[in-house]
Amino acid sequence: MVEFRISALKSTRPSEYFARFVFGGAATVLAGIIAKHYGAALGGLFLAFPAIFPCSATLVESHEKERKRRIGHDGTHRGRMAASLDAAGAALGAVGLVAFAALLWYLLPRYNAALVIAAATLAWAAVSVALWHLRRKRVFGLRVVQRTGAHAAKQLSNR
Amino acid sequence: MTDLIVRFLVGGAIVSVFAMLGDVLRPKSFAGLFSAAPSVALATVTLTIHKEGKAYAAQEAASMLLAAVAFIVYAAAASYVLRRYRCSALFTTIVTMPVWIGISLGLWWVALGRL
Repeated sequence: MVEFRISALKSTRPSEYFARFVFGGAATVLAGIIAKHYGAALGGLFLAFPAIFPCSATLVESHEKERKRRIGHDGTHRGRMAASLDAAGAALGAVGLVAFAALLWYLLPRYNAALVIAAATLAWAAVSVALWHLRRKRVFGLRVVQRTGAHAAKQLSNR
Repeated sequence: MTDLIVRFLVGGAIVSVFAMLGDVLRPKSFAGLFSAAPSVALATVTLTIHKEGKAYAAQEAASMLLAAVAFIVYAAAASYVLRRYRCSALFTTIVTMPVWIGISLGLWWVALGRL
């Protein structure tokens, strides 16, 4: 069901890797600077800053478009549908992010920091993957296929 | 200055690792989970605990919780706009970014003093 394709790394250009590194680094620096000047309460907001989400969605769109172009199709619509699915996944990942933050907030002052960070990361993964499975089983994901109506949506969700 | 350079390098590295995980995983909706991975938080919290202590980092995590709620709405809004209006991904994710900013700051404003 979930596949791991190392070969997919080849389709990302060095400039795209560089852009994500710069965005990630810049977001981390920004969070630090804001926390230093305006305090932890405001700076903390930037720990959940969608640093690479715009980058990832754009890459997903362009890769899907490129793939279709190679076989002689336009691929614009397909690329945007793929980006939409990526964004839907990000929304589920963000629910996991809530669990991550809640655990850090509650447990960090009480227990060993390394253990708490590890537990919070596991909680993020567990919540995100569990929600993805529920959506996959159409518990609350039915609309995606119905509204797009598209054969394309069904095919994309399986890839 | 050294602190900022370390932050930049650590943040860039962690974000890149999560992004690469998103690249190699299929289906796309599953890979999308990694767009909301706690990459910036992992980099920042580790450095903050080292420098300011656990209580300070916990205070940051409380605010992060609010921003994560805003992220859910932002990503869902971006997904809807992409599906419904079929604009480009870059345009959509940038145009809907005020959703994240507005909800984060709004929740922070409401919760101010209670966290």
